[in-house]
Amino acid sequence: MPEGTLCNKQPVDTEEQLKALLADKGGQIYYEEMKHLDVDVEMLRQTLGKSLKSRLRTWLSMCARCGMCADSCFFYRINDRDPKQVPAYKIQSTLGEIVRKNGNVDNAFMHMAMETAWAKCTCCNRCAMYCPHGIDVGVMISYLRGLLYQQGFVPWEMKVGAGMHRVYRAQMDVTPEDFVDTFEWMVEEYEEDYPGLNVPVDKDDADILYTVNAREVKHYPEDLAEAAILFNIAGENWTVPSKGWELTSLAMFAGDWEACRLQVESVYDAMDRLKPKRMVGTECGHAHRATVVEGPYWAGRPDGLPPVESIHYVEWVAEALRTGKLKIDPEKRIKEPVTIQDSCNYIRNHGLRDVTREIMSYIVEPGYFIDMAPNGEHNYCCGGGGGFNGIGLYRPQRNKALITKRDQIMHTGASLVIAPCHNCWDAIRDLEEEYQIGIRWSFLKPLLIDMVVVPEHMKPKE
Amino acid sequence: MHAFLTGPMFYISIAVLVIGLLVRVVRYIRGLDWKLDRVAYRAHRKAGMKGAARSIFKWLVPFGTRSWRVQPVMTVVFFVFHIGVVAVPLFLLAHNMFLEEKLGFSFFTLPALAADILSWGVLAALLILVLRRIALPEVRILTTFHDYFILALTAAPFVTGLICRYDPANYDFWLLIHIAAGELLLILIPFTKLSHVVTFFLSRAQIGMDFGIKRGGMKGKGMAW
Repeated sequence: MPEGTLCNKQPVDTEEQLKALLADKGGQIYYEEMKHLDVDVEMLRQTLGKSLKSRLRTWLSMCARCGMCADSCFFYRINDRDPKQVPAYKIQSTLGEIVRKNGNVDNAFMHMAMETAWAKCTCCNRCAMYCPHGIDVGVMISYLRGLLYQQGFVPWEMKVGAGMHRVYRAQMDVTPEDFVDTFEWMVEEYEEDYPGLNVPVDKDDADILYTVNAREVKHYPEDLAEAAILFNIAGENWTVPSKGWELTSLAMFAGDWEACRLQVESVYDAMDRLKPKRMVGTECGHAHRATVVEGPYWAGRPDGLPPVESIHYVEWVAEALRTGKLKIDPEKRIKEPVTIQDSCNYIRNHGLRDVTREIMSYIVEPGYFIDMAPNGEHNYCCGGGGGFNGIGLYRPQRNKALITKRDQIMHTGASLVIAPCHNCWDAIRDLEEEYQIGIRWSFLKPLLIDMVVVPEHMKPKE
Repeated sequence: MHAFLTGPMFYISIAVLVIGLLVRVVRYIRGLDWKLDRVAYRAHRKAGMKGAARSIFKWLVPFGTRSWRVQPVMTVVFFVFHIGVVAVPLFLLAHNMFLEEKLGFSFFTLPALAADILSWGVLAALLILVLRRIALPEVRILTTFHDYFILALTAAPFVTGLICRYDPANYDFWLLIHIAAGELLLILIPFTKLSHVVTFFLSRAQIGMDFGIKRGGMKGKGMAW
């Protein structure tokens, strides 16, 4: 049987298809069908011909097979130094083989490649910093994911996620109405505590266009209210777009480049429509990577930049603290051992290390902040990046992968871990659940709300 | 035979090497694609050049990167090997006399003792690189025939060169073998992984531009290699 009804080479483009896929809980039928899915060798060849150019070809062929990347990979370290977890091996045994065999690979090979691409690499790009030739295996695994997605060999949740973006322009079934209603409802909930609190929707020429993660709308709506409170306290002229509010891209994890383009263009359209001075995105790592770092290229923007200056939430917080828009009550600063999780997607891959350290200098009582080792650009992935957190099929591998971060955190002795990234936040929550090391974890927003000085006009009247 | 190897074959070897590497460079650069690579090379030339320069420079300095620092043994072996493998062929007195005669120019010349130390260093490092490939599981799994082949190809001119240097009874025979081995190496550089004599710089420049332009170079202080 070449193509399954659920597992096939067609992307999910309609709500009906999406519902059918979702009805297959955990992808039981989906994965059964995948066992019989054919490889379209001709399509694979054509795609390689069109998209595998000098950078990737040179990386594959020049690899000196020196093994210096081995120790850079947390999968290798955590899996008893299994040679099959060496980054160079992972890419040579998958993409390298596909190229050497000119696409002539079978179903069993594609299953192996799928597991390698989604359960043995989170595309954290750490190995790129350790290779003398500057070979970035994370970039190549991401490219491999694109090939696998095109052939239908993609974990069920990734197919669902990419489909969500195609159908809803969001990673979950959240419509523009759901988004606006939820935001307004949450703001109303908090209006008693913060008189005058409001959320300006679709306001033209605002200083800040705020974009979020659909999970916040669906599962953590307090986060929306907290964002509104902090913008209001800081006196920002801000707005949210009713359309194009979703910053994330599960399509990027899935390797669905067309869905990536559709998603990011919806955000850029909002920028073009509302003409804000800047965009600020929520506390999410991959979302920033998708919309701000990679997105301009998916949308074909030759300057490699979004239509308006776009910054991560941590950059806005640092700036607000620096300029005094947000003032911290010194009494309320964090007075317990605390550490910060450096998200690969905006620390290693967007140079924001010093920004988060600056925030720490304002909100933590001197002497209580402890950095992980290694940290900054050299920090390890939380263990759940690149879509890994969400894939049920690979949960045991994911739980094992969390050990790196668990040990890093334990070595700091911190009781609180600040994680301004949804993926990291999830991974750290899960590692506490799994290994119970007695830590708390938090985004920045709730911590800031607890310690920020509220101006008189925003205090509730007696 | 000697006349042929030091005459036409020498010029052919140099020509194949130079043209072969030039083709490599041109094809690599022409194959770069801002959209596929997702790096706006043209739009941010300055940030790109800065990132590329840092990326090459840091890696050329022993212990200049964290990767070099966390693997000190490999780093020492690596630099002993590469310094010798570049310096000895270019700066040996005998080679320079030959160059002067054939091409009308010569380079700075190494003292004999330094050349000896560097040459023996190359062979010692080569031996360690081979043993490393056999002993370490994470390197063994990656190693192919090609990797041993290029090590042997590189070792041959050094082994034969050292034999000549100690003036053996059948000097002329060993000299011929040495010249042949050297020319074979020159000819095969563009067609094997030894082409990294140029692709190292291209690839390092590219990843340097990637981080320098797109991945934070225009935000922070540049990648903390």
